[in-house]
Amino acid sequence: MTEMASHIVKSYAQELNRLRDLLVEMGGLVEAQLATATIAIVEQDVDAAARAVEQDPAVDALEREVETFVIRLLALRQPVAQDLRQIVAALKMTSDFERIGDYAANVAKRSIVLSQFNLSFKLSGLANMARLVQESLRLTVDAVGEADAEKAIQVWQSDGAVDDIYTAIFRELVTYMMEDPRQITPCTHLLFIAKNLERIGDHATNIAETVHFAATGEPLPGVRPKGESANYAVIRPREPRADGAAAMES
Amino acid sequence: MPLVRARKVRASLPAGPPEMEQTLDQPRLRPVDATAAQARLSIRNLDFFYGTNQALKSIALDLPDKQVTGMIGPSGCGKSTLLRVLNRMYDLYPNQRATGEVLMDGENILSPDVDLNALRSRIGMVFQKPTPFPMTIFDNIAFGVKLHERLSRQEMSARVEWSLTRAALWTEVRDRLHSPAAGLSGGQQQRLCIARTIATRPEIILLDEPTSALDPISTLKIEELIDELKRDFTIAIVTHNMQQAARCADQVAFFYLGELVEVGDAGDIFTAPKQRRTQEYVTGRFG
Repeated sequence: MTEMASHIVKSYAQELNRLRDLLVEMGGLVEAQLATATIAIVEQDVDAAARAVEQDPAVDALEREVETFVIRLLALRQPVAQDLRQIVAALKMTSDFERIGDYAANVAKRSIVLSQFNLSFKLSGLANMARLVQESLRLTVDAVGEADAEKAIQVWQSDGAVDDIYTAIFRELVTYMMEDPRQITPCTHLLFIAKNLERIGDHATNIAETVHFAATGEPLPGVRPKGESANYAVIRPREPRADGAAAMES
Repeated sequence: MPLVRARKVRASLPAGPPEMEQTLDQPRLRPVDATAAQARLSIRNLDFFYGTNQALKSIALDLPDKQVTGMIGPSGCGKSTLLRVLNRMYDLYPNQRATGEVLMDGENILSPDVDLNALRSRIGMVFQKPTPFPMTIFDNIAFGVKLHERLSRQEMSARVEWSLTRAALWTEVRDRLHSPAAGLSGGQQQRLCIARTIATRPEIILLDEPTSALDPISTLKIEELIDELKRDFTIAIVTHNMQQAARCADQVAFFYLGELVEVGDAGDIFTAPKQRRTQEYVTGRFG
């Protein structure tokens, strides 16, 4: 998309830039939170875990700031077209970022519990997944800062890989639990951690969809690319019938 | 019920069974399609000249029946000129000429054979400044009607009451119909002019910045009136106030330097316009 001319009213343009900066700041904060939480699991670092949890209030404060600012802009500027889309998008993205922060804090909390166990296996799969999700989040924050629809599409397309690795970890952890019941508690925590990472990927994808709509006015086309879902790794429900009738009968 | 209002009502309803949702959702998701409503007036390939200066360049636009078309654009973009063409106002001036077609019921109203008085009774116009005649409120309305129709005293009284009621002015002036119109407030004078315009029962009403000289409350009254009037009339409104176009219009046309840049459903123009120039204009980036 070609660069837009600037607003005639400079203070309005400044406010829109400030809104974007606030979101990038928030994105940067949750990115750091996720990185710290990842160190906490992979290196069993309790201090890092504590730091990740402590970052949560700052993220929440930024969310409130964005919300207040958005309401003010809607009331005072009566935005239209791409300004309207940017402002409404900010409101949606701020709650996605806030959820990402919550999941990162939850990962960090579980890593503290996890550090008390002797694990009989390596966490390479989980480290790999965390790296993928971090990469996707970094790209998301870039897309937000640059209002870049192309980067948003890249994030959107990469989420399938996160789903696939989550399913692999799910299967791996179930195997460890079957081999040694003493591993059930840590493995359950690890399952939740993997699930939280997967959710972070989903929220990053939500943000990417919002960025795309704000930048272009068009929703991303078609169905979100999905990897294999671990929810159904053990039991798969019947496919819905083509005529749309519920698969509930008899 | 106008499609826009139907969609609003529909959106407020609770969700029905899924199979019903599917069929009902389709019109709701689709913006008001100007081509779906029959065009009351079709402008085709219209050029307009002030002397050698071309003010409109091959305009093609439909005014959908019983809908409001908002015309926006920076000063000098040709939107007021277009309204002046639509009821042949330019005929009053030498050296102004229009080429192309403006079709109403298949007839080109730009043709020299058209009876201008009959045309102007079918296409009424309201101007930026209220222009009451220096006569009583009653006579302001009766004057235009007398030019086209022979009505009994009783019929005329009924017509005056009908027009004033439709223009949301009746209750304010019923006790002083025979006092001078100049004694009314600006907002009342403008509603009087609208009453005068609809008194001849036109098919199309052209409004050229009808609220730019009015206070905010009078403005809202006129906007409410436009909403009421579109049940019976096809309306075109030129406005500098983009929020007003967003509030009033079903279809919005954006003009720039004598060209029609973009026309579309008002919701689309103010959320996701297709043309960059439209985007920059409605968001206040140029104009």
